[in-house]
Amino acid sequence: MFGRIDRLPRPAVDRRTFLRVIGLSGAGFLIGCGRGEEAAPGAGSAGTAAGTADGTSAAAEEIATGPFIRIGTDDTVTVIVKHLDKGQGVTTGLPTIVAEELDAAWPQMQAEFAPANVKLYNNLAFGPMQGTGGSTSIANSWIQLRKAAAGAKAMLTGAAAARWNVPAGELSVKKGVVSHEASGRSATFGELAAAAADITPPADPALKDPADFTLIGTEVPRLDSDAKTDGSLKFTMDLTRPGMLVALVAHPPRFGAKVQSFDAADAKAVAGVADVVEIPRGIAVLADSYWSALKGREALTVAWDESAAEKRGTEQLFAEYEAKTKEDGIVARNDGDAPAALEAADAAIRREYRLPFLAHAAMEPMDCVVELADDGCRIWTGSQIQTLDKNIAAGILGMQPEQVEINTRFAGGSFGRRAVPDSDYVAEAVMIAKAIDGRAPVKLIWTREDDTRAGRYRPMSYHVLEGAVDDDGKPTAWRHRAVVQSFMKGSAFDGMIQDGVDPSAVEGSRELPYAIPDLRVDWHPFDNGVPTLWWRSVGHTQNGYVTEVFMDELAEAAGRDPVELRRELLAEHPRHLGVLEVAAEKAGWGEDLGANRGRGVAVHKSFGTYVAEIADVTVKDDGSFSVDRVVCAVDCGIAINPDVIRAQMEGGIAYALSAALREEITLEDGRVQQDNFDSYRPLRIDEMPEVEVHIVPSGEAPTGVGEPGVPPLAPAVANAVFAATGKRTYRLPFVRG
Amino acid sequence: MPFTLNVNGESRTVDVPEDKPLLWVLREDLGLTGTKYGCGIARCGACTVSLDGEAARTCRLPMSSVGERAVVTIEGLNSRPGLAVRSAWRGLDVVQCGFCQSGQILSATALLSENADPDDRDIDRAMRGNLCRCGTYQRIRAAIRQAADDLKG
Repeated sequence: MFGRIDRLPRPAVDRRTFLRVIGLSGAGFLIGCGRGEEAAPGAGSAGTAAGTADGTSAAAEEIATGPFIRIGTDDTVTVIVKHLDKGQGVTTGLPTIVAEELDAAWPQMQAEFAPANVKLYNNLAFGPMQGTGGSTSIANSWIQLRKAAAGAKAMLTGAAAARWNVPAGELSVKKGVVSHEASGRSATFGELAAAAADITPPADPALKDPADFTLIGTEVPRLDSDAKTDGSLKFTMDLTRPGMLVALVAHPPRFGAKVQSFDAADAKAVAGVADVVEIPRGIAVLADSYWSALKGREALTVAWDESAAEKRGTEQLFAEYEAKTKEDGIVARNDGDAPAALEAADAAIRREYRLPFLAHAAMEPMDCVVELADDGCRIWTGSQIQTLDKNIAAGILGMQPEQVEINTRFAGGSFGRRAVPDSDYVAEAVMIAKAIDGRAPVKLIWTREDDTRAGRYRPMSYHVLEGAVDDDGKPTAWRHRAVVQSFMKGSAFDGMIQDGVDPSAVEGSRELPYAIPDLRVDWHPFDNGVPTLWWRSVGHTQNGYVTEVFMDELAEAAGRDPVELRRELLAEHPRHLGVLEVAAEKAGWGEDLGANRGRGVAVHKSFGTYVAEIADVTVKDDGSFSVDRVVCAVDCGIAINPDVIRAQMEGGIAYALSAALREEITLEDGRVQQDNFDSYRPLRIDEMPEVEVHIVPSGEAPTGVGEPGVPPLAPAVANAVFAATGKRTYRLPFVRG
Repeated sequence: MPFTLNVNGESRTVDVPEDKPLLWVLREDLGLTGTKYGCGIARCGACTVSLDGEAARTCRLPMSSVGERAVVTIEGLNSRPGLAVRSAWRGLDVVQCGFCQSGQILSATALLSENADPDDRDIDRAMRGNLCRCGTYQRIRAAIRQAADDLKG
């Protein structure tokens, strides 16, 4: 229907046909060492770079060794990446796993995003769904890709053994070359590729002993650095299609409002405006350019039906959240009898915390390109859950999911925003294409204002924590009540709710690692009309904060050093303890910092990865403060690429600090009060602390690093501010005090 | 209306509304998509180019006021400081999502073009108009110092 677009996978007519794919100049993108992006012919302006920067031939042949790895006769090794790269580096991390097990040389590695095909490319941690999230990319690919690479290696060595008539067991493989020492023969992967297509790999190939790893644990350079520093990488926003129209949508001013009527006459009079159409999510203005579409939208008149809209403001919501804690919650964890222990305690401590809605505010606002044909639909976007985007698009169009092709593009950030249960912006683009009967390809762009006001925020939450310590300075009771809405309930992610508990509401609080005998965690669901979503580290962002600042208060009440108390309570948790000890030692815990300075600690496990962070702050006379340094210790199992891990910790710390300092989405009468970077003000370079990352050596299976750097930061900073000023922070962001 | 622009050393003619910002002319009319849209109010720096050697935001810069000034985008970056900056960016693997990095590189190049030896305060001052949501700031500082060192050598 769309010509030759899918290089892989195709239905296997016979094995040989399936395995052999001719030509390197297919669709999609290709990144690798020493080159910009090599993109699809026919993909509009993206199609101008058909050759490669280093002049390698585009006429080479490629052999697919299975769904994940292709070997080129030009010695390239292309890894089909089933996950979205939104900056976290999976297009480097996953090829590293392959290169290691294949014994390839790093410069021959390339990466390409997989097509949407849930049978081949599902996330093993998600079940039957292709998607990226929960810091699972490395963890769920670890064994899968090693086996794929070991199988590919067996095909290459099998081909060499046959060609040289020697036992495969006598062959060795190093840096992309297969050698037979006894006869002095050797051949590159490229020279063996064609013959390898005839070799059947073992069903369950043996994997390397980690002791023999040569690439894993080293700092191979990112494969996407070149294309991201010369302007050649085409994000969704950069794509064009022949005859394409740019669409902007007028969205309702309040969540839950609908179009009542609209007058498009003035909008249509704007030069360049091609059409104005109503869709279920608002009114779309289509034009020959962004600028015309923007001016057309400004000229549009829409009357909204706000009868069913959410009209509460932030303060009213917090008051209602607070009232909710007086009702019974849903018990998420219940050790001993915390209420009775608190009742019996001489001096129980009770604290309340208010945490705001947060926007993801990825640098690339949400966008999507859609093209319809009689028998199918093509979509280009930074798709984070391809299966969902595909099924929802098919539903809108009345097509079968197989008729929808998703071309995953590098995303300019996501932080969770692109994994949406109703595929909001993808659905919107498809609705627009449908509304104009597919007569032109459509590129939907959300302006920064649209992106900020579109909802899908990190939920706001209200927490009550109560605790008690005994005369020996040991915490004896802990109770945490959290009021937070569920974004999973009734959504495509409803199945994640277990025993009535939305895991995103209690993750990081339910698993509190501290040895406290009477411990209870309750969730109080609260419905409101503001659409919410996961936001980098999800429930851990709220629960990591309140549990770690409250633990600091218990240490204060017990007259104990915060590190020393945590050390004692984590005695049964060696990996928590491991990161805590490293962070404390590297930060110089216990030093005197002098006047107006403070140091704070927090430790938190999320997504299987353990992180401790220690922050140093300097408080100024006006009460404002700067974060001078953050020492971070991380245990994520085997470190695939230490530099990428450090980058993710640095980035997670910046993202968390940004939110903690100033970020919040507030509502007045249901209207979002922020719209752009002048009212929603992220961290800038002059506020970035010096970050020092220490990776704790581990032989455990690798776990993710995209999110776990986030949760400990805000509590470590709050605890540092307390150390400097004696003042606790019960409401975020810090600018609110 | 027709405008003649000096972009990346070439003379280019476009026929666009006079209030259309340079950013969208570069992206939509000249196919130079390395310069990005991030906010449209000159608060994020993703749209930064070099205008007669100085870093300039293009999302609010109407075509009618560009004139004959020399525009250099990420695609045409070939000055000595520019190449040193790009090389340092690659050497330190500064990028994460990469969306802001064209603007970061253009701002860093403008800084090094007028200050061969910036300290951290100079760097912060020159770069604070460029947001990065991935938080690559620490590496940006290090890469600028690295590029400055390389240029001295």
